[in-house]
Amino acid sequence: MSSQNDSTKDNLTKSAFSRRSWLRGAGIGTGVVGAGVLEQEADAQQAKVMSGEVEISLNLNGRPRSVKVEPRTTLLDALRNRLDTTGAKRVCDRGTCGACTVIVGGKAVYGCTMLAVDAVGKNIQTIEGLAPEGQLHPVSQAFVNNDAQQCGYCTPGFVMASKALLDRNPNPTVEQVEKGMAGNICRCGTYVGVRKAVLEAAKMRGGSNA
Amino acid sequence: MQAFEYGNPTTLKDAFGLLGSNWSDAEILAGGTDILSLMKDYITSPKRVVNIKGIKELGGIARKGGNVRIGATVTLDDLASNAVIRASFPSLTQAALGVASPQIRNMGTVAGDLCQRPRCWYYRRGFGLLAKGPNGEMLVPNGENKYHAIFSSGPAYFVSASTLGPALVALGASVTIASASGNRSVPVEKFFVSPSGDGQREIDLKPNEIVTEILIPAPATKNATYEIRERELLDWPLTAVSVALRLSGSTVNSASIALGHVAPTIWRASQAEKMLVGKTITAETAEAAGEAAVANATPLSQNAYKLKLTKVAVKRALLQAAGVKA
Repeated sequence: MSSQNDSTKDNLTKSAFSRRSWLRGAGIGTGVVGAGVLEQEADAQQAKVMSGEVEISLNLNGRPRSVKVEPRTTLLDALRNRLDTTGAKRVCDRGTCGACTVIVGGKAVYGCTMLAVDAVGKNIQTIEGLAPEGQLHPVSQAFVNNDAQQCGYCTPGFVMASKALLDRNPNPTVEQVEKGMAGNICRCGTYVGVRKAVLEAAKMRGGSNA
Repeated sequence: MQAFEYGNPTTLKDAFGLLGSNWSDAEILAGGTDILSLMKDYITSPKRVVNIKGIKELGGIARKGGNVRIGATVTLDDLASNAVIRASFPSLTQAALGVASPQIRNMGTVAGDLCQRPRCWYYRRGFGLLAKGPNGEMLVPNGENKYHAIFSSGPAYFVSASTLGPALVALGASVTIASASGNRSVPVEKFFVSPSGDGQREIDLKPNEIVTEILIPAPATKNATYEIRERELLDWPLTAVSVALRLSGSTVNSASIALGHVAPTIWRASQAEKMLVGKTITAETAEAAGEAAVANATPLSQNAYKLKLTKVAVKRALLQAAGVKA
């Protein structure tokens, strides 16, 4: 028991935080019952929290990426400020505009409203990972074809939200597109183009899948 | 956002060990859609944040005895797309689908919807839940109260932010709350409280407790939710009405009518409920129920418009639940 405790401490003092080693630490203490072990229990409990800067590994666009963050660092800030992945944009930073939309575990989420440490172990997809360098994903191509952007700042978020929508519902109706894209705001007002782009992308993808 | 310690327990027991006796000690993180914004705005700055999403027993939707059990960390998206819920409790599916946006529904959780803090702009600007000015004056009655309560005699005038609350109250659901010393069960209706003093919360939850599940009794009701917003999408309801009817043929045996976004708690329209017993739901009786639902309202200087909206929402929810075309 005590040797396990020691190894947990080592892991943390080295800041070599990884989900696996940390979870191993978290398991300690749960089995400790009865009198005389309160101190150990308290010790183990300390091991279960992380604070200050820690190194985590994020699975970003299919590649493991090591990054140092604090627990309070949002996924968006980790992507933009630490991993040089600046496609997702920081606008409202309160989960209401959609410019930071990324796909985590197959679902569209607001990167500003998720902690980076909470994204450990999940597949994170950003606009950078949609298509190989120099090529356009069908959704991006449909945005170009339909003039679905003006200033373009909201576009990466819109494209990721569109992709998540089409992954889930390959042939959406106009109403389903409107509801499915409700979490993204464009202040230039390109919604007409976006609506057309999503419907065209659905056709393009349907064609390529058939 | 202030720095904090982060815990990611995988068992309830470990989670209890990480919570504190004060709200400033620790806050719970599940979907994060509310707590992170509150922390960014320094409305709350806990020393520790405890992520409960790794606790497996808090997930899942399943039949349990005579109830349907919804785990605390089930996302609103999983709730909205669940076939069991859709078949028996369409009012809850409708409410879940009405929440904000796909992104929020993918992240936000069922218990988080109940535990989220009010959207009152005075509260969100740091004036506290009771919205008091520097000299202790009540800011809401003489201030910007367009989105505030129409059922409150004070001192709290914010409206409950919960979207699932009205449906769960109308369906007679309860929450199970766990702590190191055991479990307790609270009707969802009683879970919401109108704070009367500073430092009180608007829900019946202590800092060392965790909502673990929601239980909805299964007996068949006809139920529906009707919400009215300024914008159709990505907005909070101005008023929300959920009804559950027990019918014999077309005669109402009992009616539950719960109103959201009009009071610091989920508000039962008991007069309207009583007057429907023994009646058939028609455009006329539904209209009368709507009138009765707002008869005792005490609107503030800028929100009398909510009376009409609520009246209409009650009528439409009743007609929808009974399957009557007006």
